[in-house]
Parts: sequence; structure tokens; C-alpha cells
Amino acid sequence: MPRFSMLMAAALAAAGSLAAQSGRVPRTPDGKPDLQGNWSNATLTPIERPAGRGPTLTAQEAAIAEGRTKARTDSLSRPSDPNRGAPAKGGVSLGDPRLDAASGGTGGYNVFFIDGGDRIAVVNGEARSSLITRPANGRVPPRTGQARERLAAMRTSQFGPYDNPENRPLAERCILSFGSNAGPPMLPNYFYNNNYTIVQTPGMVVILTEMVHDARMIRIGDGPRLPQGITPYMGDSWGRWVGDTLVIETSNIHPAQAVGLYGMSSKARVTERLVRTDERTILYSFTIDDPETFTEPWGGEVPFNRLDARVYEYACHEGNYALANVLSGARDEERRKATEEKKP
Amino acid sequence: MKSHRPRSLALVLLLVAAAGRGHGQAPVPRLASGKPDFNGLWQALGNAHWDLEAHEARAALQLQPGQVIPVPASPVRALGAVGAVPSGWGVVVGGEIPYTATARAQRDENRAKYLERDPEIKCYLPGVPRATYQPFPFQIVQSDKHVMMVYEYAGAVREIYLADPGPAEVDSWMGQSVGRWVADTFVVESTGFNGSAWFDRAGNFHGSSLRVVERFSPAGRDHIWYQATMTDPETFTRPWTIRMPLYRHIDPNARLGQFKCVEFVEELMYGHLRKKPIQ
Repeated sequence: MPRFSMLMAAALAAAGSLAAQSGRVPRTPDGKPDLQGNWSNATLTPIERPAGRGPTLTAQEAAIAEGRTKARTDSLSRPSDPNRGAPAKGGVSLGDPRLDAASGGTGGYNVFFIDGGDRIAVVNGEARSSLITRPANGRVPPRTGQARERLAAMRTSQFGPYDNPENRPLAERCILSFGSNAGPPMLPNYFYNNNYTIVQTPGMVVILTEMVHDARMIRIGDGPRLPQGITPYMGDSWGRWVGDTLVIETSNIHPAQAVGLYGMSSKARVTERLVRTDERTILYSFTIDDPETFTEPWGGEVPFNRLDARVYEYACHEGNYALANVLSGARDEERRKATEEKKP
Repeated sequence: MKSHRPRSLALVLLLVAAAGRGHGQAPVPRLASGKPDFNGLWQALGNAHWDLEAHEARAALQLQPGQVIPVPASPVRALGAVGAVPSGWGVVVGGEIPYTATARAQRDENRAKYLERDPEIKCYLPGVPRATYQPFPFQIVQSDKHVMMVYEYAGAVREIYLADPGPAEVDSWMGQSVGRWVADTFVVESTGFNGSAWFDRAGNFHGSSLRVVERFSPAGRDHIWYQATMTDPETFTRPWTIRMPLYRHIDPNARLGQFKCVEFVEELMYGHLRKKPIQ
């Protein structure tokens, strides 16, 4: 473990024991902090810090950001006019790039479906401007030359063309959830279904990501690691308790899942730390060590807030009409183009 | 529900209870609360996943008329013996699934058109109780407050609620499961099914009004007697029950594998939409 991570571990273990000393966190029968239940990591705070921002927001800045989101949600939640005409060709902008990307402004997904978070992430009383806290500028560190080549290749094979189902992103194929939702690291997708269920025993912690019913099975203890080349989508995870902090170390992450996180490689080691800070919060922090991809380790902190709601079955593949439509749409476009070219 | 239960079931329960005590097995592990501790990796052995009813071995999952006897359907012919169906003595208490006449005809048609109808072929979620006896392990993760069952097949998952949240709010493949303890038996009642799942690879099916009551009874450290009673008046003339043992994976390094079969069926489901379809 690099010295950087050791320092972080020490700092976080200290934070964990502070929380424990406050004495109000629920515990399991074996005395560990109880992480069980339903949680959400949806937030308005972006993963990377916007240029020109400091690491924190003032209370007023946070209130303005949250108020803006609430106002837009309230406005878009008003009943539709049943006599309205069809939207203009290409759709009508809803004032949020995510909404526009999801529906083209034609009403595909409205705010009833979209639940990208309505709160700024607050950690240790600070309203955060980014989830990334290391390096100090709150941004993903520069990539190595090798990583830039890998990303370029990915754009032309995995997430680019419409030639084959395998060229489409994992989420579009209903293999895993959006972005790095299932992780590791488990980060919000800023869209919907940022929900998790944790079940915990002395020997095992399960973290279920609602989308696409992805259960990470984290064994507590130490044992043989998977050989190189065996890469389950969410990798090979072992957990251990350091004081009141659950520390999870993961390797062997599937290349197709890893690359989705800023081009991470399957040789990355991801360290996650979960501390139950109070009745309604788990402080989740992560560190990524991937020297083949990033010029330095990086990581951050994300509050997981108690979800006062149930987690439902996310049967994605069973109703995946989109993938067939995406591919057949591309075939149709090719046919039209061929017909156009034949015209004199 | 109780009034419909066949009398033979009481006998079965007695036998199950007796099995739990005998054979000099290691004692049932227990949680601090005193409840049996089912944490671990479990799997049914046997051939229930091919066909819940007693059946002889046959040449393939789907047959077509031959010149003398039915022969394997062309799409599966190349698999030879690997594609054949092994025999099974059946796990249905009393022998036969009590279909209504209409439902039995549909079952037979399902079997004849197996390749286009079994949801397992498309890697769809398995439903309950099928998830339990598929030829894959599943893991029970059980604390005092939560029980989750995680299945290797398709990464299927179900949380077993220990407090009844009321009627299922939405229909689903895996249904809504509520568990309670009756002495040492974990009784799980599941409803809210969407009616699209099957029971096995032999066309046995149910409708959306299915209610499943499963009983997980410890039989020593490494065995569970598993029993499931199905009630669905749309499909069956009376409730019926299957029972089989579940076996613990005792290798200390045993772990749930990844069988995300969605990607394995993309060629089947979307291959014709490739830019250059594979001939």
C-alpha cells in the first residue's frame, strides 16, 4: 500500500472511531457498526470539481443550487396540458442537458422517472463542490500515454459504433448499471436509481445496486485472490474491519466496467471505506491506485443517505426493447444512405 | 389456504422433522438470536430443473417428428448427447402437477415449442421456486434483521422481508417474498409475480396469481429440506408441493460465480441486427 493510502487509512479509521465514540450508531450483535438497510448516493455535487471553484460551497451557494433544482422539478411536475400540440422536430429543451439527453425534449423520460439527486453532498459539515477530494484540485489526475491510447481504442470499439450489440455500453445492454453505479467505486449516475441495499453478517457484506440487480459479494477476511485474467464485472472484493471502518479492497475488475470510470484499467486496485457516521448516513470514501492509467492515486468521499423507501426488482434485459431498436435504427439509416447514394 | 393442504403434507413435515435429527450430522449452526444460521452457499442436486415431474431421459429439449421416432430438433442436433435430457424421479409430492385441462394443453404446447418459449433460454430472471433448484449455487445471507438470497444464474436476487410490507406494489419476475420463523423452519411466502416465469425446462408454468409458500427446514449443518407449495387457481385445480434437499457447498473456498448470461444470448436475440449478420 502506498504511503498516501496508509495515511488516508489512518485518518479515516480515526474518523470512524470518532463517530463510534459519539455512540449513536446502530450496531450488529457482533458489535460492528450496522451498515444494513437501503441507501442512496444521489447528489447534485459532481464527481469532478468545475473549473474555478474552491473545494467547498458556502451555505448560501448550496441553498441556491438546491433551490434551482427544486424549482425546475416542481415546474416540470405540473400537469401537462392535454390539448398541447406535438413537440417541435428534434424536441424541446427542458433546461437540463441530462433531461434533454434522456428524452430529446419529447417526453421520453420526465421528472417522474429522473431522480438524479436534489442535495449538495455534505461531509464533515462542509458542502462539497466535488466528490473527488484527492488530488486537492478535485479532478481526475492526468492519464498516462498508455491510458490515452486505450481510451481512444475504446471509443472506436466499445462505446462508439452501432455495428454489434457488443459495441454498446454495458448499461445499454442491461449488463450493469449506468456509469460507475455498481462500481467499484460506487458513484452516483446523476440520472436515476442510485439506490443500494446492504446486508451484513460477520462473514459477508452484500451490496446490492438496484440497477441492474447487481449484488457485490464482499467476503470478510482474507483468502486466495482470483488469478489474473479472471475478471468478474465488479471485480474480486475482500473486506476487513479496521476499528469501526469497513475497508474493502478490490482487484480484477472487468475491463469493460473499469474503462467506464475515466478509462481505468482492469489492473486498478480500488479501496473503499464505509463509516456509519450517524443514524441516516454512511460516509463512503474510495481510492483508486492504477499506475497504468493515472499519474497519481485519486479518490473522494460520497455520503450514502438513508433511503426511506423500498428497492424494487430491476429487470432490465427482460424488457430491453431499446437495444434492438438502437441496432435496427442503425441498419435502417444505412439502408436509407445506400438508397440516397444510388440516386443520380 | 390451510384447509386445502393435502393430508400427506403433514406426513412429509413429520419426515422432514425426523430427518433433521438423525444420521449423526453436525448440529445446526445458530445465530446469536437462536435461529438456525443458513448463511452459506447452497445447491439442489438432481434433475428437478429439467422437469419437476417424473420423466424418462430423452434425446433433446425439443424434438421434431422423425421417420421412425421423434428426433432432436435441428437447432440442437449438433449437441448430441450433451443436449440430451437426463431422467428424473420427480419432486412433486403425489407425482403429478394438478393442471386444469386448459393449462395442461398449454404446458404440452410449451414443451413442443420449448426453444422459443422457455424464459431461461433468453436469460430472463428465473422466478420462484425455479431459482432454488437451477443447476447453479445460490447464497443465503442472513442476519437478524435481513435475509437476502443471491443466485448465480443471471445474478438474480431477492430480499426476503422479515416484516410484511403489505400487498406487492408491482408485479415482478422474482415476486415479493416475506419470511417468518415457525420453530426452526424459515417459511417464505411469495406473491406479486408477473406470470412470465416457468418452473423447469419441460414447459411447466404458472400464471400471475401464483402464491408460493417455501419452507427451509434445517437437517443438520450441511442440509436443508426445501419444500414449496404452489397455489394458482388460474392454472391448477388444487395447491401442490415439491420437496427436495439442498446441499451446502462445504469447500471453504466455495464462492458464488458470475453467470451474467445476458451477454451470452445477444447473438440469439440481436444477431440478426448486426451490421454484418453471422451466417
